[in-house]
Order: sequence, then C-alpha cells, then structure tokens
Amino acid sequence: MTNEGVNKSKRQFLTSALTVVGAVGTGFIAVPFLSQMQPSAKAMAAGAPVDVDLTKMEPGQLIRVAWRGKPVWVLNRTPDVLETLTTLTDKLADPLSNESLQPDYCKNEFRAIKPEIFLAVGLCTHLGCSPTFRPEIAPPDLGDDWKGGFFCPCHGSWFDLAGRVYKGVPAPTNLEIPPHKYVKDTLITVGEDNEEASA
Amino acid sequence: MKNKIGQCTDWFLCRFPLVKLWNEHMAHYYAPKNFNIWYFFGSLALFVLVNQFITGILLTMNYKPDAELAFDSVEYIMRDVNWGWLVRYMHSTGASAFFIVVYLHMFRGLIYGSYKQPRELIWIFGMLIFVALMAEAFMGYLLPWGQMSYWGAQVIISLFSAIPVIGDDLSLWIRGDYVISDATLNRFFAFHVIAVPLVLLILVFLHIVALHEVGSNNPDGIEIKESKDPFGVPVDGIPFHPYYTVKDIVGIGVFLFFFATVIFYMPEMGGYFLEHANFIPADPLKTPEHIAPVWYFTPFYAILRAVPDKFAGVIAMGGAIVVLFLLPWLDRCKVKSIRYRGGIYKKAVLLFIISFIGLGYLGTQPATPGATLVARILTVIYFGFFLLMPLYTRWEKTKPVPTRLTHQPSLEERVPGWIEFFNEIFPQTPVKDSHGNTVMKRRPDRTAMINALIRFAKKLKESLD
Repeated sequence: MTNEGVNKSKRQFLTSALTVVGAVGTGFIAVPFLSQMQPSAKAMAAGAPVDVDLTKMEPGQLIRVAWRGKPVWVLNRTPDVLETLTTLTDKLADPLSNESLQPDYCKNEFRAIKPEIFLAVGLCTHLGCSPTFRPEIAPPDLGDDWKGGFFCPCHGSWFDLAGRVYKGVPAPTNLEIPPHKYVKDTLITVGEDNEEASA
Repeated sequence: MKNKIGQCTDWFLCRFPLVKLWNEHMAHYYAPKNFNIWYFFGSLALFVLVNQFITGILLTMNYKPDAELAFDSVEYIMRDVNWGWLVRYMHSTGASAFFIVVYLHMFRGLIYGSYKQPRELIWIFGMLIFVALMAEAFMGYLLPWGQMSYWGAQVIISLFSAIPVIGDDLSLWIRGDYVISDATLNRFFAFHVIAVPLVLLILVFLHIVALHEVGSNNPDGIEIKESKDPFGVPVDGIPFHPYYTVKDIVGIGVFLFFFATVIFYMPEMGGYFLEHANFIPADPLKTPEHIAPVWYFTPFYAILRAVPDKFAGVIAMGGAIVVLFLLPWLDRCKVKSIRYRGGIYKKAVLLFIISFIGLGYLGTQPATPGATLVARILTVIYFGFFLLMPLYTRWEKTKPVPTRLTHQPSLEERVPGWIEFFNEIFPQTPVKDSHGNTVMKRRPDRTAMINALIRFAKKLKESLD
C-alpha cells in the first residue's frame, strides 16, 4: 500500500463506510437465511381442526387423537374421579390454573367445559414427553400418595386427572388444553372454539 | 525416468512448503519422552474421527432423510446393502468410541494439568470440539427415526423452550414445525452431514495448531522447553516422528482389537450404544415407557433431572459443561501434574470421578425418588469440585517438582516384581501326594495375602496424601 500523499481521513471514511454497508448487507441476507428455517407455509397450514366422536366412550376410558402432530387425550371421568380431584388442592402447584395454558372456558377446577369430559394435549410441560395414563389408586411403583393421574416416565412429573401438576416435580405448569368446542353433545372439534369463530 | 520424478518433486516442493510442514509438525517436533498410556487418546480421537467420516459418507449413499423413509432405509442398509451392517455398526460404535476416547483424553488433561498456562487455549478449543461433538451425536441420533430418536430429540429441543422470553420461538425455529417432524429430520441431516463436521474439522485443526505452538504437556507436568541442549533441542524431548507415530500405531492396534470386538459381537452393547426402543419406528403419540439418552449424555441428563425446576434444570445442565470451560482459571495451583499435587486435590478428583460415573449410571435409570436424591447429592459434588476449586487448590500442600522428567519403570522392569509377588502369595509348599511322596506344590498363603493387602492399603493412603 502506498502511503505517500494520501488523504488518510478520506481513506478511513471509505473503509468505515464500506464496513457499515457490508454489515447492513450481511444483516439483510441473514433474514432469509434464518427465516427459511421457520415452519414453512405447508407446516403452518397443517393445523386443521379434528373431530372426536364421544358416542362409544365408556366411563373412565381415555382415547388419543392426533392434532397438529401432537397427541390429544380425551378422558371420560367418573364421579369418583371428580370427587378425588376436589381433595388435591394443597398438593398441586397451580390448582386454579393461573399460570397454565388453557382457554378461558376451561379455567376452572376440573379444567373442562363439561366436568366429566377432560381434554388436553398429552405432552408434559417439562420437556415434551407424553405422560402415561395411570388411573389406578396407589400402585406399588408410585406409592400411596398417587390418587390416579398422568405420570411422565421421562423425568417423573405427576399430574392429576385434570392435568394439574403436583408440587415438587420438574414440570412447571399444568398440561395445556387446546381450544375445542362441542358441536353436539357427543362430538367435539379440537382446534376450534366458539370464541375464535365469533372473533 | 528417475530424473523425471526428481524434477516433478522439485517442481512441487518449490511451490508448496511440504518439507517445512513435515519437519515443523513431525520430524523436528519434539514431544516429551515420558508419555504414558493416557497419551494415546488424542491420536485415537483423530483416528475415530476419520472412521466416522468414511463410514458416514458411505451411509449417506443409502440413507433417506425423510420421515416416511428414514427408518426403512436404515433397515435396508442393515439387511440388503452389501456390508451395510458393517458400515452402520462401525459408525454407531464409532460414535460411542469417540466419546470414550474423548472423555479419557479430557481426564488425562485434568490429572496432568494440561489445561494450565500456557495451554489454556488448547483446552478451550478442545471443549469447543466436545460441544460440537455432542451436537453432532445428538443430531445423528435422530436420523434412524426410531422411538428413542424421536423422543430424545423432543426432550432436548424442549430444553431450549425453557429459556425465558425467546424460548418457545427458538425451539420452533430449531424444529421448523410445531412438533418434531420431517422438517426437523431433514435439517438435522444437513447439520449432521455438512455443517457440524466442517466445524469439527476446523476446531481439530485449531486444537493441533495451538498444541504445536506451545508443545505437549507430560505426566510430570514440566515444560521440556526449559532445558535445551546447545542445538536448541529439548533434552527430554524426542521427535514426534518416528517415535510417537510408531507408538500411536500400537495404540490404534489395541483400540481396533476392542472396537472390532464390539462391532462383531455386541454392536448394541446391551442397549447402551444402540437403545432397544430405537428399533421401533418413531410414534409421535406414544412416549416409550422409559426414555434415556445414549450413555455419553447421561451424566448431564441426570443433572437436568435432579433439579426440580424446569429452567433451573436446564441452567444446571448447561452449567455443568460451561464450568469445564473455566477450568484453567478455577484451578489456582501452580503445580500441573497430579504426581506432585496435594492430597486435597487427589481426593477431590476421586470424588469427581465417583460423581461423574454415578451420574452417568443414574441417567440411564428411571427417575425414582431414591435415585433422584442420590443424583442431587452427586450433582452437588460435581459442581463442588469445580466451584470450590479456587479455594481448595490454594491451600494445597504440593510436593517439590523435579526440573527434569522422572524415570518411571517400564512394563519389562516391573515383571521381576510381579514374579516375586506371585511367589510370595503362592509359595512352594511340601505336599504329600496320593502315593505318599512329598512334592512341592504352589499353595496360596493366607498371611502373605493379608500382608499384601495391608501394603496395598498403605500405598493407596500414601498416594492420596
């Protein structure tokens, strides 16, 4: 590089200006590069609502349906189960679901539109395993404190049969409840609710 | 003809510094002459890296990164592709072997103080290699698209969602979908096959360049460059080639003996190298009864599970790795090698080994309340080892460090001692045989055994002081 008779401040200005313009250009190209890793239009469109038919459900039965690739549970709860749920409040981390994800119409003690039918996304709020359905009371492997619920085999989180998380387990919040609505008494649509429809 | 070859060689050498490179890094690169068995694992790691590259390239020729086809294409490789089973088992066993040699390589650094001044940067590059290796292994494990692939990835990607504010968007961005899906599999393939291997190669290059700038540490933790002969050659150094190239070939031979045994006789290693649940295709609606990561992640996984809070658990797990990066600055002791360090450090290292292996075991087991309690204690020990280091390494009563490398007895020199020991435990005693003749037979001697045990216990205590 020749340094004789050089306007140094001009050279410095040009160097800085080029750096700034280059940085802006890099920033611009980073947008498509990074955003192409976001879910594609096809993946976003795949979240269509799913219908669940309740006519053949027996008391105490759990059925699993797939919605947006996630497992959704529909559980028919017996009156005994509902009675047990009301006794658990002091053992739960968030009994009133203040910190948890659910539509407003499910923010109640039983976390459901109709208490006997419970519907939730079957993925642990800790790290996304699908908890196992353990309706029995005090099985040998879980101990006497177990009143029936969902047990996550990955990291040992406990949920009751309303998907509410117990205290002192890794999962931070209750199981998520997706938007859903009753089309008629025995037919639920998952992924769509009346509030959304009116909005 | 001979002249022509000579001309070609000259032409090449005028244009490329091959001789200079060879001398600088091999023939005139001086390494301490007292490397022991721990010093095999660096070259073995390089060897396994080459194995992973070759077998990996061969696997991509038949593998299909598609959620519909991936599982079947792996089975196709296993059953129908010529030697496909061998190539795949070399790759899957190679992954575990990689972590075995890297963990041993890191442990070597820990006991001989190879991370200390002036080798901090080598340690940092090495830790970056370790992190890249974990990313590589994790993404590779998704590719067979089995149950464990799927749910393992689900758990690990969910770790990112624990980060406040940006967590959910970040995990969505990593997955490219609302759940682990075809999009995730395809991008993990891209990362596993192109991006991370490139990063690994660059880091290995930097690791070796940094090493050759300052030279190797050794079991005595002395800088051989401090005593040089009149020609500037370290008196305790020997040229890397041919001495260590030949020695490392022996190491590779022994390694291959174990490697081949696993590949041919126990490629799944009882569910530790290839987990049983991974022979079932991925099912997004059902988590396997017991999910555990592959063995090399289990110590960190156990730390994650031990903490009863989601975000704190993720922080603890990340912290368990971050704290390793800080090791050169946590250790305040001037003495490098464990041979001359104080008893408190030796005991701390012993506790650390117990906690690391213990956590590794617990990470493979279901999370029962008892196991969780033990995991919590071991987690405290793990972090205690590192975070209390600035304190206890300052109080250490170190032994005097020699100025030149010490002589350690070789295997041959130890043989007479072993024979003597055998004679002591099984002395020749007169015994009457069935014909009434007295013959000399070797019989175990009780008092000699007790004496030997006492000696061993005393020695053990002494070596921990």
